[in-house]
Amino acid sequence: MNQIDLSLVDWSRAQFALTAIYHWLFVPLTLGLSFIVAFMHTIYYRTGKKEWEVITRFWMKLFGINFAIGVATGIILEFEFGTNWSNYSWFVGDIFGAPLAIEGIMAFFLESTFIAVMFFGWNKVSKKFHMLSSWFVAFGSNLSALWILVANAWMQNPVGMHFNPETARNEMQDFWAILFSPTAVHKFLHTITSSYIVGAMFVIGISAWYILKGRHIVFARKSILIAAVFGLVASIFVAATGDNSAYDVAQQQPMKLAAMEGLYDGESNAGLVAIGVLTPNKEPNDEKDPFVFSLKIPNLLSALAERDVNAFVPGVNDLVYGNSEQNIPAVSERMENGKLSIEHLRKYNDYKKEGNEIEAAKSLEIFEENYKDFGYGYIEKPEDMVPNVPLTFYSFHLMVGLGFLFILIFIVTLYNVFNDKLKDKKWLLRALLWSIPLTYIASELGWIVAEVGRQPWTIQDILPVSMSTSHLSTSSVMITFAMFAILFTVLLIAEVRIMLYQIKSGPKDL
Amino acid sequence: MTVFKKIFNFYVDGFKNQSKSSRKLWFIILIKLFIMFAILKVFFFKDFLKSKELNEKEKSEYIINNLTKQNDEPN
Repeated sequence: MNQIDLSLVDWSRAQFALTAIYHWLFVPLTLGLSFIVAFMHTIYYRTGKKEWEVITRFWMKLFGINFAIGVATGIILEFEFGTNWSNYSWFVGDIFGAPLAIEGIMAFFLESTFIAVMFFGWNKVSKKFHMLSSWFVAFGSNLSALWILVANAWMQNPVGMHFNPETARNEMQDFWAILFSPTAVHKFLHTITSSYIVGAMFVIGISAWYILKGRHIVFARKSILIAAVFGLVASIFVAATGDNSAYDVAQQQPMKLAAMEGLYDGESNAGLVAIGVLTPNKEPNDEKDPFVFSLKIPNLLSALAERDVNAFVPGVNDLVYGNSEQNIPAVSERMENGKLSIEHLRKYNDYKKEGNEIEAAKSLEIFEENYKDFGYGYIEKPEDMVPNVPLTFYSFHLMVGLGFLFILIFIVTLYNVFNDKLKDKKWLLRALLWSIPLTYIASELGWIVAEVGRQPWTIQDILPVSMSTSHLSTSSVMITFAMFAILFTVLLIAEVRIMLYQIKSGPKDL
Repeated sequence: MTVFKKIFNFYVDGFKNQSKSSRKLWFIILIKLFIMFAILKVFFFKDFLKSKELNEKEKSEYIINNLTKQNDEPN
């Protein structure tokens, strides 16, 4: 097939990755901090104590800064869909349009309306309505995230649609199947709970800095208490939802799972890599050992992937070259199916134009029989199905390691808060401050696993990235890449500077 | 006073009584939205298919053609 220039694909991909990564620097804090503010606001509403008003106002202010700087940064991704990814945008049809439209309405009515009440409503509306507005902002932000994540989940596991061969668009057949697909549910829960950790650590880290400086001690202690409880509950949920997400990946995207685990040759009773160093330049089906060093937990990968310690977990080689014992077809077979499907999509439309309904019906049947492998028709060689294994593997393991570290940090923090020992442990306070960037790193790593691990697909099994882009000049994409890099960096510097100024100014003393 | 007028006044009061930092944030938001919608969207991010001035049927044909081109056809 005649594919688009690879450098154009790579630049378009890099541009999307850049904007998504920057956008995701703002989003998780909004999702997490909004709920923490709502909890604080509720305590103020219930107790009426001035100290809780000060606490709520301060964190609400930082939430506002992040929200204001980050707002609408996601729209740039939508610009890119129309300009850089026109094949893809047309192909996905209303599957993407509907969730994004709902997201726009939700964001506008819930967030925009209640965020104004939240900030302007002090002593202007009833205390109850004011407190509820904080909750509406939190739920509104999280619901907005739901629709974006549903759209992303559909690309990882396309369900509830039918491809119309005359319009070349996927048409939604079952909205609920798309909304409640296991991939969407697990992705949403895992993403928002991991964002709650970012919010919690942000509050804890800044409060720890105040204690280190000997400022606002009561404020900091109370803030840490709320955030650490919230963070601990969230981090346990992250572990549970991460487990469900990994199970879903094993079912829907086994190649991604193989890359996450550096598993080249599938095995029964497969062990989970706890720590490992991959062999550099390892290729599918070569003789090299996948690991220079690895420490595995026996049977755990089989248990996580198939809920059965004895189950077979396919590796990269099984998925690329096939495994007849396990009924896994080779990519080469699926490439043939895909080519047949593409060929008959063309023939179907040609016959329709000629008015040859009999031949058109035959082509349609062949096209639909092979549609599940449609995207494989664009793959040049079976090995192209393998994503970047080192990037996926290390991102996954670092993310998981950080996830467990956060659970430990929240437990240690709570222990020291309850025993009033926090202010004496300078090392812990410093560690808490430096844990803020770690939560952002873990959150971004999660997206790297999700998106790099599913390469070469834009839509799993149906549309590869190489066929998704518009026929643009590479230089125009390079120019807009540079413009985005500058714009987002300026925004990020503005956010950090305004945040630091507000943090240094501190809350009004109790 | 009608409900709408109350809401309107609520917003007007809110904006009038903002702190210096809030005004700075609004300034950043407006600059950002201007760059995004008046510069990036207009000059750099035109909708690729719309810019070809095709009707819906022609757009479908264009995409089908993209998806089903043969190796020997020009890009």
